[in-house]
Amino acid sequence: MNIKIKVNGVEQSHDVEPRLLLSHYLRDTLRLTGTHIGCDTSGCGACTIHVDGKAVKSCTMLAVQASGCDIVTIEGLSSNGTLHPLQEGFNQEHGLQCGFCTPGMIMTAADLLKNNPKPSEGEIRHSLEGNICRCTGYHNIVKSIQYAAKKM
Amino acid sequence: MSATTAYIGKSVKRVEDKRFTTGKGKYTDDIILPGMVHGAFVRSPYANSKIKKIDISKAKAMPGVVAIFTGADVAAINGVPCGWQVNFKNGDTMKEPKHPLLVADRTKHVGDPVAFVIANTREQAKDAIEAVVVEYEKLKCVTNPAEAVKPGAPLVHDDVPNNICFDWELGNPKSEVDEAMSKAAHVTTLDFVNQRLVPNAMEPRSYIGSYDETSDKYTLYTSTQNPHLIRLLMCAFVLGIPEHKVRVVGPDVGGGFGSKIFHYTEEALVTWCSKQIGKPIKWTSERSESFLLDAHGRDHVTKAEMGFDKDGKILALRVKTFANLGAYLSTFSTCVPTYLHGTLMQGLYTTPKINVDVTGVFTHTNVVDAYRGAGRPEATYLLERLLDLGALEMGVDPADLRFKNFIPPFDGVKQPGYQTQVALQYDSGNYEGILKKGLEMVGYKDFRKQQKEAAGNGKLLGIGFSTYIEACGIAPSAVVGSLGARAGLYEVGQVRVQPTGKVSVFTGSHSHGQGHETTFAQVVADKLGIPMEDVDIIHGDSDTVAFGMGTYGSRSLAVGGSAIMKSIDKIVAKGKLIAAHKLEVSGEDIEFVDGKFTVKGTSKSLTFGEIALTAYVPHVYPADLEPGLDFSSFYDPKNFTYPFGCHIAIVEIDKETGKVSLKRFVAVDDVGTVINPMIVEGQIHGGVAQGVGQALHEGVEYDEEGQISNGSYMDYCMPRADDFPMFETGSQVTPCPHNPLGVKGAGEAGCIGSTPAVVNAVVDALWSVGKKVKDLRMPMTPERVWNAMN
Repeated sequence: MNIKIKVNGVEQSHDVEPRLLLSHYLRDTLRLTGTHIGCDTSGCGACTIHVDGKAVKSCTMLAVQASGCDIVTIEGLSSNGTLHPLQEGFNQEHGLQCGFCTPGMIMTAADLLKNNPKPSEGEIRHSLEGNICRCTGYHNIVKSIQYAAKKM
Repeated sequence: MSATTAYIGKSVKRVEDKRFTTGKGKYTDDIILPGMVHGAFVRSPYANSKIKKIDISKAKAMPGVVAIFTGADVAAINGVPCGWQVNFKNGDTMKEPKHPLLVADRTKHVGDPVAFVIANTREQAKDAIEAVVVEYEKLKCVTNPAEAVKPGAPLVHDDVPNNICFDWELGNPKSEVDEAMSKAAHVTTLDFVNQRLVPNAMEPRSYIGSYDETSDKYTLYTSTQNPHLIRLLMCAFVLGIPEHKVRVVGPDVGGGFGSKIFHYTEEALVTWCSKQIGKPIKWTSERSESFLLDAHGRDHVTKAEMGFDKDGKILALRVKTFANLGAYLSTFSTCVPTYLHGTLMQGLYTTPKINVDVTGVFTHTNVVDAYRGAGRPEATYLLERLLDLGALEMGVDPADLRFKNFIPPFDGVKQPGYQTQVALQYDSGNYEGILKKGLEMVGYKDFRKQQKEAAGNGKLLGIGFSTYIEACGIAPSAVVGSLGARAGLYEVGQVRVQPTGKVSVFTGSHSHGQGHETTFAQVVADKLGIPMEDVDIIHGDSDTVAFGMGTYGSRSLAVGGSAIMKSIDKIVAKGKLIAAHKLEVSGEDIEFVDGKFTVKGTSKSLTFGEIALTAYVPHVYPADLEPGLDFSSFYDPKNFTYPFGCHIAIVEIDKETGKVSLKRFVAVDDVGTVINPMIVEGQIHGGVAQGVGQALHEGVEYDEEGQISNGSYMDYCMPRADDFPMFETGSQVTPCPHNPLGVKGAGEAGCIGSTPAVVNAVVDALWSVGKKVKDLRMPMTPERVWNAMN
């Protein structure tokens, strides 16, 4: 099936198998490998991207379902060489170690801050329920998001 | 050497972060090689079964299928080896059955690989595995190690009687321990299970094997913690191919926690098959396969007894453990319940008589091996549960009981190291110091009052303590060799000064989240007196880095950092000779301070960059000195390092539901000299979360058929962000006396100290309302806690 899809501001058109997951389309077809796949039950959140402005786990969508959508991945978050405040915050507050969950964490947090620019610690923790990190114990991820919230 | 420290001890932000925060990290599954095909496995749905028949004909005809390999095809290839030999008490060597790349006739656990299907796309490979027809005869299985040793239990390997791989003991003779125990005024006894855990690195294991016919050379990209070790094991023990014809690359790796130390069958299989079919092959584990097959951790069934005299002094410790090894021996599986567990039974205490008896057992389950802490969390759990429970039973304060039994402070220089009853000699320690600091931070004096007040308001509060010690950077090679290690445990560090004075450092350590690219650069920059930007840390490629033993056991800085330090010493010594020649003085007259080679007592000096250039453009140069400024060193430590700490948990239990909430967590850790406090704290946070995960959330459940009944993120309870408060961390510094940086290691500390603190806190809460519970099975789910209360 042919899909037309806008990814990080670029119009894309591809013939894909109907069963192809959006996460695999981004990684294998577009070679945007910043979107990671950490599980097979939509439980880890590593593949979180923005679809029409909302955080979505890209393994829960078929590529064909995303036809006509406007997608932003971690590669498209910074603009004109300036890091997004969350990308800066994760560095400043040591919000990442191995980096595998990081793109999903940042994309989830970006959605949170858009809708709730000054979240409490509890709201931040609650918003990360769908994202697993095994390295940081979440402590510094929370601080990274607080850093970005202050900055934005 | 540099007199000022611009970087060491500072929370320098990580230089590696940018690639990860912008999606530019390069993990194995991100790599696509030209012509690459994809593999998928047919895996046994049964634990113990006979394979009666395999029919691959239909699958072979499926679209895109390139080849299918079964057990018969790889029967002549060795299995993956075990890296540590443990002997029976009578001196017999352990039982070491073959761990084949593919199973030919008998499966031994759910997930055992039966066929490897290779196709042009991942989807085609997955379609084709569905078309492989396997006829199994299901047999009875056993999953619990204490049950598996009983007469009549189903056998995992027909030639291993009673499923016993080894029996082993350490410490004082049993008779002496029994005698000391008989004199005890009080004996605290605990029968418990240290449950099986899944490491759950967020990046699933991924391998690409690639063979180049023209050079007869293989390349393996692997999500590993130690590329050189994988190359050595795979070449020398499994495939029998020459080591110089194999390149192993561990690119960005998404967490390991032990599970990516080991040499897995799939690594050898993709490498071997790539030559057979003449194409690169990628296999990436799905999460459901990770649950089945990434080496699990813990899984001990233990009875432990601690005897106290009437004043609370510990007289004796007696331990009997059945350690589940799984169906085969993973790389370091045998040393975990023995030399990384039995040797830690002294804890921080002066216990005069200790006997540890461990039986290593095969069961019809996935392999068990090192998982963050590896043996040390199990030992710490046992000791710290006995201490807090003993205090409750004797009606004494758990902190006082510890102060009464601590080994007194010693720095390992003026005072000698402490010789334990269980083989180790501790390097340096101040155990009272960390507990004092922990008590201050938590406000212990006020806590008991708060606990009573809370009880008045219908709330249930508890406090739990854990004062742990661990052993890191295991070495020296000669000693571990005498204990059964089949490898050396040194590290390699090469420092290459480029002609312009910029520095490339090649380390055998491997970073998969630890931040070596930052920490190691801090050390090198300070020691050479140059900006950090001038230092590049290179790791993870066997063709680039001379050799290495990799990263595990909190060894990177203590062992890998020390190897780099040795090379820096050689650079500075040679630099002095070059400077002396140019400045026309003798070598002894030159000192190296703040990046300058200076004639002592004068202002005559040459910069580091000038010396570097001279070494590569040796026009004015000592006659008998080689050009260049590039040194490689092997560092074999003199002893283990022994970090220690005090963890205190405060929990609240919901009386209606039994749900435990972690209200506060205080961690005071002494990991020796700290290079980057931000990174050390991050390691502690992550370790604590994993330890709390074991106490409250995680645990593999095997059913009686040998199936994992919670093998996905829908079922296995991973700790999430809203399970934790902000952690409260403190530190103390007792330098390691026997390595050049004074560092001890911080990677596993959090995971070792935290678990018993949380369980002790729950037990304390229950005792505070008269529920005198000895043990709660981990994970302490609401149901288990509610049942203990009602």
